[in-house]
Amino acid sequence: MRIEAAQLRKMLAVRRATDLAFRIAAVATLVVALGSLAVLLVDTWMDGAGTLSWAFLTSFPSRKPEFAGILSPLVGTVYLILLTAVFAFPIGVGAAVYLEEYAAKGWFSRIIEVNIANLAGVPSIIYGLLGLELFVRLLALERSLLAGALTMALLVMPIIIISAREALRTVPRSIREASCALGASQWETIWHQVLPLAFPGILTGSILAFSRAIGEAAPLITIGALTYIAFLPDGFLAPFTALPIQIFNWISRPQKAFHANAAAAILVLLIVLLLMNALAVYLRQRYQKRLQL
Amino acid sequence: MLQRVKKGRATERIVQSALFLCGVLSIFTTLGIVAVLLFETVAFFREVSLLEFLTDTQWTPLFEDKHFGILPLISGTLLTASVAILVAMPVGLVSAIYLSEYASNAVRRVIKPLLEILAGIPTVVYGYFALLFVTPLLQSMIPSLSGFNALAPGIVMGIMIIPMVSSLSEDAMYAVPQSLREAAYALGSSKLQVALRVVVPAAVSGIAASLLLAVSRAVGETMILAIAAGQQPRLTLNPLVPIETMTAYIVQVSLGDTPTGTIEYRTIFAVGMMLFLSTLMLNLVSQWLRERFRTA
Repeated sequence: MRIEAAQLRKMLAVRRATDLAFRIAAVATLVVALGSLAVLLVDTWMDGAGTLSWAFLTSFPSRKPEFAGILSPLVGTVYLILLTAVFAFPIGVGAAVYLEEYAAKGWFSRIIEVNIANLAGVPSIIYGLLGLELFVRLLALERSLLAGALTMALLVMPIIIISAREALRTVPRSIREASCALGASQWETIWHQVLPLAFPGILTGSILAFSRAIGEAAPLITIGALTYIAFLPDGFLAPFTALPIQIFNWISRPQKAFHANAAAAILVLLIVLLLMNALAVYLRQRYQKRLQL
Repeated sequence: MLQRVKKGRATERIVQSALFLCGVLSIFTTLGIVAVLLFETVAFFREVSLLEFLTDTQWTPLFEDKHFGILPLISGTLLTASVAILVAMPVGLVSAIYLSEYASNAVRRVIKPLLEILAGIPTVVYGYFALLFVTPLLQSMIPSLSGFNALAPGIVMGIMIIPMVSSLSEDAMYAVPQSLREAAYALGSSKLQVALRVVVPAAVSGIAASLLLAVSRAVGETMILAIAAGQQPRLTLNPLVPIETMTAYIVQVSLGDTPTGTIEYRTIFAVGMMLFLSTLMLNLVSQWLRERFRTA
């Protein structure tokens, strides 16, 4: 087939036009996606910023929206996440160390691996059903802070294991070999050499996992965490509430004033998340510098 | 000296067993989930026949006249998940092609973390956005839209899962060997032709894996739907009316004071079992596809 010069020029022009059209469409798509994020943030800010005040942070929830605050849910969330971390962090890191440093590459470690990947994909509300039967009923912990934290710990554990394994994998093999060559046992090598090097990376991944747990409401609602609590939890077995539950409760009410409260509580939740993510990014940057030595 | 060596060996053994237990705990978690769901589901099916559960077209366990047909909850779940994937698929794939084939490294470094923020926003926040911003906005365009509906939470859920589609698809496209692209360019292909006819087909199993994972996430998503989709189990494909998803039903029962051991209480485990099995299947197929593109 012969192509005339004019025809070729036309074909080239069409190609350039379609390429440009795709570029424009792609950028437009990204603008829409990120634009909706911006709209979400601006909308919440406009609805909630007026309600945000020191009194809002230090008052208990109330039946009257203008007096209502988020003291008990905020404190509940802080307790809940700290307690979750106490359970999930050591066990999750321990599991990661076992899988990376000890487990022989056989069918058994393969099963654990596939299993962890699947657990990470189980909907959070299913963990709520597990917590309801196992912790609330079988272990008779009732709707307590402890039952909530244990449920959350199971929920974040797979994410912690996966990210901790990635951090362990970045430690060069030569460091382990050097340590063993100097007569250190395997655990001494891990404890004194590998873990300190991997620690910032492990911490970064874990902080991100806990910041996901902070926003979870579904498992806590399923285990029966209360939606209205006007006192602070005084122990592990005390009933509790958390920020996302309080937000859900306020959204579900018909009055507009409660919706403003919900928006303000969302702003607090997002600020907490922002701070945690900033901390994770800061740790990651320090970590990268250190490995370059 | 010998004692120290012996003590060291003992420590070593204890530590290794402790770490082993940490690793095995994940298996017990899975077993626990399966056992809990199975135990209550078996008790549920002693009172309700499997046939009624799968074929009855009404779901009214909390009413006087009880029907236990899960189809309305499944249709609600599929409807919202379909809306979500209809939003996330085009946006996610176009973003992935753009980031993998067109964008410079500098642009990629800025856009990717920004997109990831979408996946990090708590779902109650998306629920708020769906109920109090997107629904009123859509109502001004579609007057027949109910205050609770499948459309708004579906769209918002789609926005939430965009990063899941875009980042996994981009990884798959990025992994396509450069030599394939160069061969296509040498034959005179344009950039778009290379992207659509070489890179996308080569990465198709990875792209499919990302879509399945996104569907699984949408099926399991709870708070957006509990807030904005309603609590009316209804066998319909109309996205404009209130419906109820499997997850939203579990939340609805959990918020009430349903005594343990009753049939109402057991319904949430039967529904949970259905939910667990569907997401498990989606995740397994997605994993299988991902392994395939890794080894290919």
